[in-house]
Amino acid sequence: MIKHSSKRITKRRHRPLEVGWRANAIINVFMVFIALSCLLPILLIYISSFTAETAIRQHGFSFFPAQWSLNAYKMLFEESFHQIVISYRNTFVLTVVGTVLSLFVMTMYGYAVSRNTFKARKALTFFAYFTMLFSGGLVPSYIVNTTIFGLRDSYWVLLLPSLVSAYNIIVLRTFFSSADNSPIIEAAKIDGAGEFRIYAQIILPISKPALATIGLFTAIMFFSKWFEVMLYIDSKSKWTIQYMLQRVMQDIQYLRSNPELLMSEEGAEMLMNLPNESAKMALTVLTMTPVLAFYPYFQKFFVKGLTLGSVKG
Amino acid sequence: MSSIKTTAIKRKRQMSSLRAGENISLFLMTLPGIILFLCFAYLPMAGIVLAFKSFRPRLGIFGSPWAGLKNFEFMIRNATFWLTVRNTLFYNVIFLFIGILGPLAFALAVNEVRPKRAARVYQTLTIMPHFVSYVVVSVIVFAVLSADSGIIGNFLKDRGMAPIVFYSEPRYWPWILSIVYLWKHIGYSSIIYLGTITGISDEFYEAAVIDGASKWQQIKHITMPFLRPMIVVLAIIRVGGMFSTNFDLFYQVPMNSGQLYPVTNTINVFTYNTLRNSNNVSLSAAVGFVQSVAGFLLVVGTNRVIRAIDPDLAMF
Repeated sequence: MIKHSSKRITKRRHRPLEVGWRANAIINVFMVFIALSCLLPILLIYISSFTAETAIRQHGFSFFPAQWSLNAYKMLFEESFHQIVISYRNTFVLTVVGTVLSLFVMTMYGYAVSRNTFKARKALTFFAYFTMLFSGGLVPSYIVNTTIFGLRDSYWVLLLPSLVSAYNIIVLRTFFSSADNSPIIEAAKIDGAGEFRIYAQIILPISKPALATIGLFTAIMFFSKWFEVMLYIDSKSKWTIQYMLQRVMQDIQYLRSNPELLMSEEGAEMLMNLPNESAKMALTVLTMTPVLAFYPYFQKFFVKGLTLGSVKG
Repeated sequence: MSSIKTTAIKRKRQMSSLRAGENISLFLMTLPGIILFLCFAYLPMAGIVLAFKSFRPRLGIFGSPWAGLKNFEFMIRNATFWLTVRNTLFYNVIFLFIGILGPLAFALAVNEVRPKRAARVYQTLTIMPHFVSYVVVSVIVFAVLSADSGIIGNFLKDRGMAPIVFYSEPRYWPWILSIVYLWKHIGYSSIIYLGTITGISDEFYEAAVIDGASKWQQIKHITMPFLRPMIVVLAIIRVGGMFSTNFDLFYQVPMNSGQLYPVTNTINVFTYNTLRNSNNVSLSAAVGFVQSVAGFLLVVGTNRVIRAIDPDLAMF
């Protein structure tokens, strides 16, 4: 009590638990510097996407463009509207289906191995855990997926191999076993509920914080997919939005490192299909905005989630 | 209502008859996960024998003829392989330090800074780069570095200096990649430290203040001891991952520029390029094998070291 009131009185004076005002000022200056260096490069992309192409040609990318313009978006939509719609659709379907399926598979697994009456719990926990310690690596995965499962140029290759993550399963297991649910589970059983019903109607509803965190991580993972597209996918109708942007950057680099190509027909056609600088920035804006618009609302979830993950499995 | 005792007995009997069916249902719930792990984790693990075979696409992994250690001989004589090993270890040592000290310093500072509302804004903004993909990061880096229209190029041009062609100048890239890495991860990685710091009871600090401890002494003698287990664990995890690098950072951010390979080519990028661009499955498999096995041994080895130091910190 006394502490509280004394705090109120000395509100404007230095409190012993805090750093002095001079140190605080210095820290603030540093923090502003770091925060701005995180924000400004991203802001530059947004500004550049609204800059007239001629202004970029003359003065380069700038925070204070000589001329604003919406042309980049107009051009981007005119030239590749079809591809953007397809890529966006693919990304969103993949993200939604992937996140839902992934949560379903991982929570069932995590819940089962969290039950101490389950005889195979130790073996199955290790079965998942071992995939974190050792992996076949890129080449065997690629050969297995293409030759044995025939997943080359298949949409499934973006989805199936990413559905289970041992790390997430172990975090979920820790969450399920730390909340002592056994009295509820026993009670539900007396009432004749089966295991699956207990999982779906009792465990999932009370595990919302864990589901939100793991779901968010999984959704961002699916939303950011481009490597698998580059590795396995040939047809443009299966591109994701991230890969569409990656492909633009890749083609630019390809032309830059093979200048003689520009003389050839192939190179000229490639150059014609490439968006100009501002349109490239507009495409980047389309790629990053969905996540950037959402993450501040989820901040409290993943702050909690990371602390969740630090609990030893 | 009957007495508590009889309900308990009744309950027990009901439970034991349920146990057998319960195990089957629980097993069925893990089945989708088991199948996915088998197909996409364990089957590729078995496929690691590719490193000892000369791969024929028509015969598949297990039908291809054995090649003994020939793939590894190729690998050892390949100068690029050794370059990528050097680069991989080099960057991992640098990232080990900046990847731990950067977020740690940031977390300590954010915890002290006033007003608290500003602290939240700083945190939200520094977490932002974590939420853009490396493809987007490569565009951002391009907008800053590009010789024709990049921010730095224009700055130099405006002052009558020649722009630096970063994408063909290897010597800048160890710096660029380290800065990009720090930029992308500092805010997000600091969350885990901050969680621990805010969990430390004020009583410790109050007692220290009474004893006349300065802020610096408080950090050194109270905050750091609380953070030490976490720092040790994170450092160990990084040592375990010493042989692999983030593919996106080293492939996408330098835009796979051939001129930069001497300082940007790492084992992961090499494996990919050998598989896809030179179509040399055997060499790529051999490199991948070394990476997987070395990674496994490092994780198990470091875990054993930790266990010797402090069993509570060991991961398994």
